[in-house]
Amino acid sequence: MKFMNTIEKDSSRLNRKSSISGCFCIRFFRKTISGLRLDALALGALMASGFAGTSALADIRIGATVSETGPAAFLGDPEARTLRLLVEKINAAGGVNGEQLKLFLYDDGGDPNKARTFATRLVEDDEVQAIIGGTTTGTSMSIIPIAEEAEIPFISLAGAIEIIDPVKEWVFKTPHTDRMACEKIFADMKKQGYTKIGLISGTDGFGASMRKQCLDVVGGYGIEVVGDESYGPQDADMTPQLTNLKGKPGIQAILNPGFGQGPSIVTRNYAQLGIRLPLYQSHGVASDGFIALAGKDAAEGVRLPGTALLVAGLLPDGDPQKPVVTAYIEDYKGSHGTAPTTFGGYAHDALRIYVDAVKRAGSAEPAAVRDAIEATSGLVGTTGVVTYSPKDHLGLDLSAFRLLEIRNGSWALAE
Amino acid sequence: MRLSEKQWTLLILAALIALSPFFFPSSYYYRVGSLIFVNGLAVTGIVILTGYAGQISLGHAGFAGIGAYACALAPAHLGLHPALALVLGAAISGVLAFLVGRPILRLKGYYLAVASLGLGILVAMALANESWITGGPDGIKVADLGLRAVLKSQGLDLSNTEFWYAFTGLALLIGAWLALNLHDSPTGRALRALHGSEIAARTVGIDVARAKLAAFVISAVYASVSGSLLALQNRFITPDVAGYMHSIEMVTMAVLGGAGSVLGAIFGAGILTMLPQVLTVFAEYEQLMLGLVMMLVMIFMRQGLLPSVLRLIRGRGE
Repeated sequence: MKFMNTIEKDSSRLNRKSSISGCFCIRFFRKTISGLRLDALALGALMASGFAGTSALADIRIGATVSETGPAAFLGDPEARTLRLLVEKINAAGGVNGEQLKLFLYDDGGDPNKARTFATRLVEDDEVQAIIGGTTTGTSMSIIPIAEEAEIPFISLAGAIEIIDPVKEWVFKTPHTDRMACEKIFADMKKQGYTKIGLISGTDGFGASMRKQCLDVVGGYGIEVVGDESYGPQDADMTPQLTNLKGKPGIQAILNPGFGQGPSIVTRNYAQLGIRLPLYQSHGVASDGFIALAGKDAAEGVRLPGTALLVAGLLPDGDPQKPVVTAYIEDYKGSHGTAPTTFGGYAHDALRIYVDAVKRAGSAEPAAVRDAIEATSGLVGTTGVVTYSPKDHLGLDLSAFRLLEIRNGSWALAE
Repeated sequence: MRLSEKQWTLLILAALIALSPFFFPSSYYYRVGSLIFVNGLAVTGIVILTGYAGQISLGHAGFAGIGAYACALAPAHLGLHPALALVLGAAISGVLAFLVGRPILRLKGYYLAVASLGLGILVAMALANESWITGGPDGIKVADLGLRAVLKSQGLDLSNTEFWYAFTGLALLIGAWLALNLHDSPTGRALRALHGSEIAARTVGIDVARAKLAAFVISAVYASVSGSLLALQNRFITPDVAGYMHSIEMVTMAVLGGAGSVLGAIFGAGILTMLPQVLTVFAEYEQLMLGLVMMLVMIFMRQGLLPSVLRLIRGRGE
């Protein structure tokens, strides 16, 4: 299968090249090289079939570049672990369509420039048939042109709406957008009758993007933003900003778009200042690590939109996501000893969506798989139930978000 | 005919750029190559500032950021062609370097390092926080240079990676040629003289402050062009390009390869650009290895890798 693909690809390269009239020594050489490679491949295919006496079963090659280290490591690390774990598991169960999955995973450290280089490497050197990854919006945006040019499906693990809006033929994503998180939070605020709120957001990519989206949609809920503060991603104290917000006349609730250590510090300072207003956090801190960092007492009563993964045990038995999240949590605990985070869930869903599409397409041929991904319907993931369409490459709606509240140091459903 | 050292350097560089593709197993290597050239260009600027004039800047990524964002913003807001945006970025960087450098470089000692450090951080902060124009920390799209399409209409159809390999390679050659010319010009001599001893340079009638300022401005322009080329190549840029770590990387590349020699510095850029690609298996130990290499070079090869090795070879020959 794979050999055929490569040979086709190489010969099309050859054709393209021979049509060029301009003389260029590099081209000439590469032509020769691809010719040689073609021979070598044909020879390899012959040998493989001769030796094993079976049809040459090749691998389905999946590329991934995630931020396993660097500032976004707490997102990228569980993503990388999840991909390795699931690929191993799928292969142990016999692979997909009888073919084994082969994962090429690189760590881009959250640097968009490196992400682009690794994406080039995945496409050109490893010759992968799809790319999963792009932990942050920046890295995802730099991978997109590569995937588009190579015409292979790319499933991003980053939040921003720009990734899939406008819809790009080869690009999909698994996490909710910032805008949906804002909408979920504002819907709850409206229900509680809050009309005047304060914002305190991080100036990192996540915080800045979510703040913008929240300000965009807040008007539709009859809510007024009376205070708008910010903090740097490395700041160690947010009491001045919070004191400012506290003093705003008529303020009823505070929302903190941000991820990383910032929101934990905000939450701690919030308790230290004795602010009695309800505090809303974003989905960016939906992990047990947040409660541990902020402290059980300070985090009490904090509300945030999260996924089913965090509250697997609390889901009613009829919930379609329950078996999926429970199975994933057990697998992850089994190999890593800790429960997975929401972010690992993004990678889990991306791989499931891809594998499901390959099964339906009957092959890993990129164009066919892309069409199959776009036709994904009712696929139950950890983040939600995914249904893509030619106009929607996000595939989730607000129902996938659960409003969670922290009670006694653990998660509870607020609705 | 006997070739001068300058001609040798350019010849070796041109040969390396032209012949390397013969050994590329896939077109991914073109991408790595063009990254090396882009970094090499910035590092050539560092050679002029640090290698020739002995001044240290810890904020050159700030100029790279200005160059990169000029290419992102000027075509979108002013309707400038990306190539002109590159020139505009270089001009802004040059003027900024002049304004910052003029008061600072009148002083002796390491004031430039501190001032440029602050400048670099300020640029990075501005790019990250002024999201209404820069797109914030998530980055911004960059317009297409359009040169590839022009070449295609002329019958030379290069893939994206091949085009950027050739284009940045050419830019590096020009950059290296200019830097080497500067080396033996009156300004270059003045710079090297003040590197040796500022007092001695002053006594022979060199305007020390002016010479240092010239070096700072020129190297800022180099960094800016390198940032522009990176942005145009990636078609997408984030404020990371102006980050503190990028400044340190530039200085490290120059010092590792040999800050006094253009070829050495480019060699250093090559090593440090390739290292993360080679070490993907040991990604977690990358920093450790980098530190170790750096320490060994500083202890045993204080001139930098390439000059020390060359000296060793020549020493044996004599």
